[in-house]
Amino acid sequence: MDYLPLSENEINEMLKVIGVEKLEDLFKSIPEKIKLKKKLNLPGPLCEPELINYFQNLSLKNKSLEYLSFLGAGAYPHFIPYLVDYLSQRGEFLTPYTPYQPELSQGTLQITFEFQTLICQLTGMDVSNASLYDGSTAMVEAALMAWRIKNKPKILISRAIHPEYREVARTYFKNLNIELIEINYNATGETNINELKEKINHEVAGIIVQSPNFFGVIEKIEKISEIARSSGILMITTVTEPLSFAILKPPGECGVDIVAGEGQSFGLPLSFGGPYLGILACKSAFVRQMPGRIVGETQDIEGERGYVLTLSTREQHIRREKATSNICTNQAWCAIRATIYLTVMGKKGLKELALQNLQKANYARKELSKIDGVNIKFNNYFFNEFVIELKKESEWVNKRLNEEGIIGGLCLKRFYPELENCFLICVTEIHTKNDIDRFVKCLKKILKS
Amino acid sequence: MIKKESLIFEISSEDKKAFQIPSLDVPEEKNLLPESFLRKEIKDFPQLCECEITRHFTRLSQMNYCVDTGLYPLGSCTMKYSPKINEKVVSLPAFLNSHPYFPEKIIQGNLEILKITEEILCEITGMDAFTLFPAAGAHGELTGMMLIRAYHESKKEPRKKVLIPDSAHGTNPASAHFSGYEIEEIPSNERGTIDVNKLKERLNEDVAALMVTNPNTLGIFEDEIFEISEIIHSNGALIYMDGANLNALIGITRPREMGVDVIHLNLHKTFSTPHGGGGPGSGPVGVRKKLEDFLPIPIIQKKNNEYFLDYNRPKSIGRIRAFYGNFLVAIKALAYILSMGAEGLEKASQIAVLNSNYIRKALEEFYYLPYKSPTLHECVFSDKWQNNYGIKTLDIAKRLMDYGFHPPTIYFPLIVSGALMIEPTESESKKELDLFIKAMKKIAQEAKEKPELLKSAPHKTPIRRLNEVQAARNLILRWSKTEK
Amino acid sequence: MYPKDFYYTKDHEWIQVKGDTGIIGVTDFAQSHLGDIVYVELPKIGTQVKFHQTLGVIESVKAVADVYSPVSGEIIEVNNELSNTPELINQDPHGKGWIVKIKIADENELQNLMTASEYEKFIEGQK
Repeated sequence: MDYLPLSENEINEMLKVIGVEKLEDLFKSIPEKIKLKKKLNLPGPLCEPELINYFQNLSLKNKSLEYLSFLGAGAYPHFIPYLVDYLSQRGEFLTPYTPYQPELSQGTLQITFEFQTLICQLTGMDVSNASLYDGSTAMVEAALMAWRIKNKPKILISRAIHPEYREVARTYFKNLNIELIEINYNATGETNINELKEKINHEVAGIIVQSPNFFGVIEKIEKISEIARSSGILMITTVTEPLSFAILKPPGECGVDIVAGEGQSFGLPLSFGGPYLGILACKSAFVRQMPGRIVGETQDIEGERGYVLTLSTREQHIRREKATSNICTNQAWCAIRATIYLTVMGKKGLKELALQNLQKANYARKELSKIDGVNIKFNNYFFNEFVIELKKESEWVNKRLNEEGIIGGLCLKRFYPELENCFLICVTEIHTKNDIDRFVKCLKKILKS
Repeated sequence: MIKKESLIFEISSEDKKAFQIPSLDVPEEKNLLPESFLRKEIKDFPQLCECEITRHFTRLSQMNYCVDTGLYPLGSCTMKYSPKINEKVVSLPAFLNSHPYFPEKIIQGNLEILKITEEILCEITGMDAFTLFPAAGAHGELTGMMLIRAYHESKKEPRKKVLIPDSAHGTNPASAHFSGYEIEEIPSNERGTIDVNKLKERLNEDVAALMVTNPNTLGIFEDEIFEISEIIHSNGALIYMDGANLNALIGITRPREMGVDVIHLNLHKTFSTPHGGGGPGSGPVGVRKKLEDFLPIPIIQKKNNEYFLDYNRPKSIGRIRAFYGNFLVAIKALAYILSMGAEGLEKASQIAVLNSNYIRKALEEFYYLPYKSPTLHECVFSDKWQNNYGIKTLDIAKRLMDYGFHPPTIYFPLIVSGALMIEPTESESKKELDLFIKAMKKIAQEAKEKPELLKSAPHKTPIRRLNEVQAARNLILRWSKTEK
Repeated sequence: MYPKDFYYTKDHEWIQVKGDTGIIGVTDFAQSHLGDIVYVELPKIGTQVKFHQTLGVIESVKAVADVYSPVSGEIIEVNNELSNTPELINQDPHGKGWIVKIKIADENELQNLMTASEYEKFIEGQK
């Protein structure tokens, strides 16, 4: 199926108007030497029924639907209200371009304004942008902001931040002469504040801490912010599970300067890692340093309220090499989904959802800790993720769990060699009591054997 | 036509609900977290019922112009039609519900999709390997520049500069800058292509790469590209191609044949994935063998008939984002390519070029064409003749909205003052093109006879011309309750 | 149009010399090309600048321009009015739209600059 709208007659008519004989004549500006001599070797063309068949066969090669999974670690399973799909899939949301012509794009612009407001309400920050690619690149952009604002070459970064996020930061910064200094975590799974204090000096631009962190532990954000503030450095928090904002004290009330995070929990399916939704919010003093698109309110010539992209002069299409970032396309449609999701869940719904996550994770943790051979690794406060340590080799346990149709969380060995027999377990509202009990029973059986 | 819609916060009222989750089925424990950890209620967070939500977003959608509504001739954006079956194909639960950390053996379908897509993109571009991880074109550019840097560093010759034509898209210098390079601009000649002599002058052992767009942002094919690549390569430098304009070339030539070493593609342009109002996109990066070792991790490999993620890549630049790219976007692009097949894709490029030249021919008596060289899938006019009546490109763009069309790209490329860049794509029927041409001719006439009509345009959109100066001077970036 | 007692740079800044201090701004040509100005980034008082070093940034809706210092010296005063009313630069670029006052380090540097009539010729060529 080739979706081409011209008949042979029309093509000939148009060729005549242009003044050439055949389609090939339109490509005379391409030297013969570099023109292809044979057709591309590609599969297809497939018609619609064949296409559906093709992808259905591929999807059947995934066995993932057969498993009960307790994976989190930066991507969270949540219920997505059907209304989010129904509304977001309207062509008017899916198929327009970036709203550079605001008179034709008030839908996208107003929803983005609503999104920015919701993020400010959730994080307690003054301004939010219209989204970035994902949590990992959002964290990098936040660090770059601190670097530009303070004009200092070092960033302190907690080792309790998502390992892949830290890897991305390393990749970006090695070309820019920014030094990342890692602060380790302590025995209770939170960032080691003493080590942090030691490593602060006049060359540090900012400190980045994740909360809830990669281990699910809620960090002492207010305390760390105070240390940052008194040292004149910027406090940045990263978040991978923003549902936690529904019940935890927001970063804006804890003295945080910039919040960077992942918005996938707000209405985006797991999607094998993408597309996701980067969030960036900050204090109003830093708004001109914030990368990405921003929507602002204004009026039209008749005095009607309307919305436009603003502060574009920071962006690449005007500032070019002096831009705050190179970002162009963002994740607008994902932000639209998040806006719809948050509106559907609403104030009460979101709070109830977060409380259920808290309770179910707590129940799972309690029941798992009763098993002989299971240890709760970090004795600390958590939201919907926690770490358990096993007396048996974790890869072996994992294999046995898989045989029972269960994925018991993420084996931490791959990221933290010192935590080689630990699992990071995530429990959300989608896990029923039966699911949790089944997991507990199964693990008990495996550890006994 | 819906003209005004309140904000969700203005529609909101206490105690309304739109979604209910099942009741808590585990024993509830009190005081799990200390008071000091908890927040008060989220002030002014919306509370609406389902009907209000549906109406709110439906009405907002009706204020958006989109490809599904009509022609969207944005130059360099390739606003082609997004086939709807591709939306259906990504919604298969086994794709949607895949956690990125699922064990490889249970998501073989996902890995196969990524691998097939990589291989197909290699065939289309002639590159030897691809990564699908960059989230958008700019992200791909940054990745490409990092690969170039890694290549030179492996040869112990770090090199400091990147050469960029003055017609380049703004992301090009921005991406080069963020990879730690200095930028030097190469002027275009009177034909609108890279001035090869000026290029030779600027070339020295400090130059790491030349970034080109081909066809360039004027829609003109850089016909000296092969000679340029030889010059660049003999200097030990590399050629980066911004693949945003690939829609003019598929099946006709390839970056490989042009001498390109690394290229990024825009799946949301050339390969039909929907633009979503500004993303998500996908900016895969393709490389020749010499750069393959540096590709970001992980690499998808096959061993004993099974796919796996290979992290053992000591020369890799590292991770450029968490997880594996915009997977669902890659699926849509794959579905598009499979629907079209090799012949369909080539025909699409031919029709894209035909449509653009048809418009160019029709309008060249009405609007000034600064460069007379042959153009491919897009062409650039300017407001030079209309300036005589005090009319600027902005006014023409706003008036086009009254005729039911989205304006072309305006004020880009920067080398044309008052640029009007038109790219119709192959999706447009002759009827639609003729209506567009008619509107543009009418506007040219109005510019002469009734310029006031253009200056105060648009008249028929949900909102009149918006004050962007006020938006930038008086920043209101969120709703607050005190606002009236 | 262009005050005869000012000196001008190729980047469209002007400086009005008064003894050993100077007042610096951007020219009418600059403001008309930038369009409506929305924001001005001013340096801190006490900042030392060299000739042609960036001392501030002017933002309009469609462009951003660095303001380069026509001379070396120390910033002794900034025009705080520009924080609330950046449009002063559009309205009165050679008067109320002044940007900084500088203590000139080396008078000889003024010889590098253009006179009003030289500048007027220069911008004729620019068009």
